[in-house]
Formats: sequence, structure tokens, C-alpha cells
Amino acid sequence: MNAIEALHLRKSFGPVTAVDDVSIAVPEGEIFGFLGQNGAGKTTAIRMMTGVLTPDTGSVRIDGIDLLKNPLEAKLKMGVIPENGTVYSDLTAEQNVLWTAKFYGMDRKSREKRCEEILTRLGLLSRRHDLVRFFSKGMRQRISIACAIVHSPPVLFLDEPTTGLDVFSRRLVLDTVRYMNREGSTVLITTHNIEEANELCSSINIIDKGRIIASGSPEKLKKQFDTSRYVEIAFDQPVNGEFFSAQGFTRAETWGDKWRIYADDADYAVKQLVTMAQEDNLTILSIATSSPTLEQVFVQMTGGT
Amino acid sequence: MMNLRLFAHSVLMVTEKDMRIYYYKGSVVIFGLLFPFIMFLTFFIGRNLDITLFFPSFLGMMLFFSSSSTGPLITPWEKREKTYERLVSLPVQIGSVVLGDILSGAVFGMGITTLVWIGGTLLLHLQLAHPLLLIPALVLGSLTFASLGTLLASPATDTPSNIMMYSNLVRLPLIFVSGIFIPLSQLGSWAWTNELSPLTYLVDLFHAALTGDAVFPAAIDAGALIVITSIFIIAAKVIQEHNLISGR
Repeated sequence: MNAIEALHLRKSFGPVTAVDDVSIAVPEGEIFGFLGQNGAGKTTAIRMMTGVLTPDTGSVRIDGIDLLKNPLEAKLKMGVIPENGTVYSDLTAEQNVLWTAKFYGMDRKSREKRCEEILTRLGLLSRRHDLVRFFSKGMRQRISIACAIVHSPPVLFLDEPTTGLDVFSRRLVLDTVRYMNREGSTVLITTHNIEEANELCSSINIIDKGRIIASGSPEKLKKQFDTSRYVEIAFDQPVNGEFFSAQGFTRAETWGDKWRIYADDADYAVKQLVTMAQEDNLTILSIATSSPTLEQVFVQMTGGT
Repeated sequence: MMNLRLFAHSVLMVTEKDMRIYYYKGSVVIFGLLFPFIMFLTFFIGRNLDITLFFPSFLGMMLFFSSSSTGPLITPWEKREKTYERLVSLPVQIGSVVLGDILSGAVFGMGITTLVWIGGTLLLHLQLAHPLLLIPALVLGSLTFASLGTLLASPATDTPSNIMMYSNLVRLPLIFVSGIFIPLSQLGSWAWTNELSPLTYLVDLFHAALTGDAVFPAAIDAGALIVITSIFIIAAKVIQEHNLISGR
């Protein structure tokens, strides 16, 4: 069964269409990524899927429950970390988590046990009695995550959860996402961080100008652009671009102290480059073929605008 | 069909959150407690008024200000702090948020006004003509003005001070057309306005309960408060649902 199903979601703000006919189906147990530039429509889409924004048209089902018809039941199945995920700064860390757990109907004993377990996992147990207003951004984000996962939701939504976080907090957030996924939560995460999407997600949708323009696993998306494989090569002496001009390569560009050579057949290009180096008495310091990165796929698909 | 148990739970959870966070905010203390006391002292001292006759009006004013003081703060505050989005993503409907906010304002108003009534009764040896009318007066009055507070907070804004300003723009004139400081007989050509004010019916109900000297029958007062409260609740819900559609 699909844990998240959104059909033909559309949302306009005046003349601007923020989300245009977006449909997704996320199978149980998957980490699904919504990748897009700022303003592409990711947050609007996730807000409609979490009941924070009413869609103009379309429907959302969470764990088989219609969100628009049965919002209370559907929301019980989900945990949400909104963009700039904020918690109540006038409450302590523990009060925020316990109140949220109570909201989801957990009994006193289980919410206290779970609260302690989560705050320990997120490295905040020693600060449990401190008011959140004295926390750093990274700590607040961790409390926001604690609130979202306290009831072990079958579906977890995260909207740009690592934006603006330091390396430690970012690592902790990503580890917690993986942990929740191992524990059985289906995860939908929006991000503009390609590395993060590549690292976490088993399936990705690229959204641009409110529409989904590509979907599939990160490797499948990269495969679509396999024709742009390239060879990265470094010599012991400097060479200029003319060195590569007569050899039928598609394109050659400097990349730090290396050259990146694009060719229709990267394997053939390697043989050719080795021969050329021998003929010109150049020593090859390093040579490797590479597939396109997800970033290159993303930039190519969205026009890099 | 709506799950009533889940809905009631969500209302109570919103109320609990409001009580923990907003009862201690400066504007609630100032506009809910200090303001009506200062208004009372300003109008009472030096005017040789009979405190026994004036007390139902004071009690009405106290309930009016205290009940309507938390509502205007909550939603704009949460939008500014960006906790509103988290709240709406929890298992709530807009109806739960509206009723939860109203309930927290009503509990605050009822608590404060009950304490003032107990204090006044002990210190001034006030009579209680119809004890059974005091309870509906407290309950209905607090719900009416907590609903007013929540309605005032419903327009889309993330600036609490703006809403507090507008709410006082609505609340202060009500004081003067409801027969609290200016007797209705002295309102002259403006006398018709008192029947439009919910505070008139509350003050009248307090008069019926404390002194037995009311203008309207208690059923009319109670009916008017119920109708006005329903209008406030529906209007608040419609506006907040519209905000959810327009994304504000």
C-alpha cells in the first residue's frame, strides 16, 4: 500500500500557480525526496499534504485515509517538521515534546519514556528542563524533530530540515531520518540540497515551476544523462585547450588542476588520451571516468535558473 | 463523519497549550486585569456612586476584559513565532483551534471574575439575589467575550500589537454603550446602541443575579448571549478557514 498518495494537487495564489497538477505515490517504507530550487513549489506541495494549506483541487491520502475528509484521523498518522520548524519557545524542551505526545493520545507512562528516549538520541536530555527560547537554531530544530517523531508516526514529512544547520546538527537530523525509516516510518523530505537527496532518498521527484519534471531513483535519474559521462585527467605539465581540440571530444574544460573531457564514448576517450600523452611525453598523474552527478542532472533539468 | 472524541481531545489540547503559554503574557495581564481595575477606579472614585449598585457593572466589565484579552493575542503571536503551522499540522481542525482558543479565554475570564466576585462579596457584604443566575452569567459571558477575542484575532496578520490595537478599538466603545459608566437613560439619541452590545445583556444578567434589578428577562439576556456567541464562533471559523485556503 502507498503510505502517501497525492492526486492532481493544484494551488494558485492570485495569478501565480505555485503547484500545478502534482501527483505522487510513496510506497510504505520509502524515503522520498522532493527536490527543487527555492520557489519551485516544494513547500506549497508539502503544506497541502500535511493539511496546513487547503488545495484548490486534488486529494491527499495518508496511510489510506483521506486528509480532506478525515483530517483528524489522517493527521494522527503523520509527524511533520515544517520549514523553519519552530516549537513553543515559552515551553521547555520536555514540555514541548510531552504536550505533542499527549496531543497524539499517548498515555502518561509511554510519553515520558519515549520523550526521554528521543531527547537522549537527539543529545538534548541534559537540557530537557530549559526553555526553548534559550536554544540555538540547531537545538530548536532537534526539538522540532523530537516533537514530530515522538508518536512513531507511520508517515514523516520534513520540509527543508537541514537548512541553516551546522554540520553536527545536520548529521544528527539525517541520522534520525534514517533511524525513523528503519523503525518503519515512510519519509517525505523536501530539499534543495542535492547531496542530501542523493544520500538519503530511494526515490526523487524534481519539481520546477510547480510541476514535477522528473521522477525516479537517484541512479535512474543520473542514467538518463549518461551520455554526458566525462573523463577527468591531470598531467604533470600544464596543457592548453588546443591540446584537446583536434581529437573529436565534445568539450574540454579546466576543473581545478585537472581537465574534464566530455565525449560520446568515455572509454574510447581514455584510450585516446593515454596515446596523446605518450606522444607528447606527458605523464598522467590521474585519470578517471565519471557519471553525471545528481547536481548536474538537476541543473540540466531545471535549466539552472 | 467527524470523530467527536478526537475533536474534543484536540480542543482541550489547544486550550492546555494556550493556558500554559498565554496567560502570563504582558498584554493579557495589562488588558485583562489591570485595565478594567484602572477603568473602574477612574470612573468610581470621587463620584459618590453606590458600590452595591455599581458592582454588577464592574463584574461585567471585568469578565468582558479578562475573557477577551487572550484571544486577540494567540493566533497573531503564533503566526509571528511560526508555531501556527506546526499547530495546524497536528491532529486538529480549524474548529478545534477556534474552540480551544475560546475555551482558554473563557476559563481565564471566569477564573478572574469569580475571584473578584468572591473578594467583593467578602469585603463589601454584597447580596446574591438569584444564585442560579450567576453561573449562566459567568459561563455565557465568558464564552461570548472569549469568542469576540478569537474573532478579532482571526484576520490574517502576524503582528499581535496591531490586533490588540484593533481589539481595543472595538472593546472600548462597547463599555460606553452598555450602561456601565453612563446610565442608559443618559445616552440620549444613542440609546438604541446598547441593545446591539453583548455587554448590555451580560451586565443585565449580573444585575438579575446580584441585585434582582434587571431590565430584560434573564431568558432574553441568555438567549442574546448565545446567539451573539454563535455568530462570533462561526465568523471566526469562516475567516480562519479562509486563511487556510489563501495560505495566510
